[in-house]
Amino acid sequence: MVPEGDFITIIGSNGAGKSTLLNLIAGTFFPEAGTVEINGKDVTHWPVYKRAPLVGRVFQDPLQGTAAEMTIEENLSLAVKRGQRRGLRLGLDKNRRAEFMRLLSLLELGLEKRLDCPVKLLSGGQRQALTLLMATIGQPQLLLLDEYTAALDPKTAQQIMAITDRIVKEHQLTVLMVTHDLKQALAMGKRTIMMDRGEIILDLKGKEREKITVNDLLAKFAAKSGRELTDDRILLHG
Amino acid sequence: MWLNILQGTIEQGLVFSLLAMGVYLPFRILDFPDLTVEGSFPLGASVAAVLIIHGVNPFLATFIAFLAGILAGMTTGIINTKLKISGLLAGILTMTSLYSINLRIMGRANIPLLRETTILTVIKAWGFPERYLSLIIFTLIVLLVKFLLDYFLYTEIGMALRATGDSPVMIESLGGNTDHLKILGLGLANGLVALSGALTCQYQGFTDVGMGIGMIVVGLASVIIGEVVVRTSKIVFATLGVIVGSVIYRLAIAIALQLGFAPTDLKIVTAVLVILALGAPSLRKFMIQDEFAERLMERGVSDAQTK
Repeated sequence: MVPEGDFITIIGSNGAGKSTLLNLIAGTFFPEAGTVEINGKDVTHWPVYKRAPLVGRVFQDPLQGTAAEMTIEENLSLAVKRGQRRGLRLGLDKNRRAEFMRLLSLLELGLEKRLDCPVKLLSGGQRQALTLLMATIGQPQLLLLDEYTAALDPKTAQQIMAITDRIVKEHQLTVLMVTHDLKQALAMGKRTIMMDRGEIILDLKGKEREKITVNDLLAKFAAKSGRELTDDRILLHG
Repeated sequence: MWLNILQGTIEQGLVFSLLAMGVYLPFRILDFPDLTVEGSFPLGASVAAVLIIHGVNPFLATFIAFLAGILAGMTTGIINTKLKISGLLAGILTMTSLYSINLRIMGRANIPLLRETTILTVIKAWGFPERYLSLIIFTLIVLLVKFLLDYFLYTEIGMALRATGDSPVMIESLGGNTDHLKILGLGLANGLVALSGALTCQYQGFTDVGMGIGMIVVGLASVIIGEVVVRTSKIVFATLGVIVGSVIYRLAIAIALQLGFAPTDLKIVTAVLVILALGAPSLRKFMIQDEFAERLMERGVSDAQTK
């Protein structure tokens, strides 16, 4: 149960079920038992495309969230019609271009000057920023971020996180973010849950979460699960 | 004499450029290796021919042939997306079925269209100069189709189609039903191929059940030549490249014939051309590997020296 407007970060060891959880919500897989409800609608067996008006998603792989051969403005025009019927109207016109320039300028990456540039020429960070923008256009109820900074260098990751913060606050989005970066998990959002073997073993929010450190998190994991938190990709920031 | 051959070659190139566009769409836009083409090309020809010999208006006959091609392409799309059979096999299944269907439609293996009313004879009767009749008509038809296709690929639905081949995960997460988009794209592509077949039979004056053999390679050769001539992924230029590629391909074939190649050898010549063109990146890598290694070694040595 995720309340509206909440921003939850999800951590856990390999195979804990973090990505499975996001895939179940997005509709990539269907659950064997249980139901998925978004905004009171039972979407358990809806395919991915049918959930699009409800769910926006940024993927771990920057190549997945955008169409490489298409230009920046064409990619954005695909996002504008999120979950709506697509017709024989031209995908781009003056108004849409102006709107895209405004949205891109908010990213502060200079992309607003490169509307007709094929996305394949952008860096991984730029592509993730664009995907983030596309995932939030059309006001989905829920934004899923799936280790979306894992493929980026630390500086770019910081930049993308700052952009995320701004967009989430502006649209008051409900967010679920999976991350391997424990520091990021505590720095972003309002609530952190820790998963192990498909179960939620820790749920941190409010005052308790503000005080906690990365080392406390590791200790709590060991205490709850009786094992060390193991993950070949986990980031501890020394 | 030379001018006649040249003009005839360009006319053929134009008619076949519609086929090439029908190959470009699945192969380059949808990333779908569609072999339906080999069956939808003669399908268009046989539908048009049978309707024409039964006295149907040739424009209507050509349009119905186009619709028949759309149905054929959609069949492949449905086999692939709904029954989860691989795209390659789906195309082969439709293509094989079409062989029987085409024979059923025609009732025999070959229909001559001499002295029948075709698109070309109708327009000639309007008082068009016969000398350049086919050249002008085909140029107009091809340009019209090109502009309609370009426009379509820039519409909302057309862009979703392009995204389906480029990044299916993304377009699904934005609400595009990739199954439906694939079916639509394959339908459209094979409609163009059937249109090409319908015009071919009216141009050459007969339909043969075997006229589809090797068409996929012809289409691919045209697409690849076009990409060499027009190096851009921008749709308007890419489709122009396909047309130019088709004409150049026909010119190359005409030259090969003049050089004394037997017409029956042309298919292997085309196939080898396509293999060389598609394999060029790997071949180049294989050939320059040693050179590259040498250069790296040199740089390594000089780096060590400067340190």
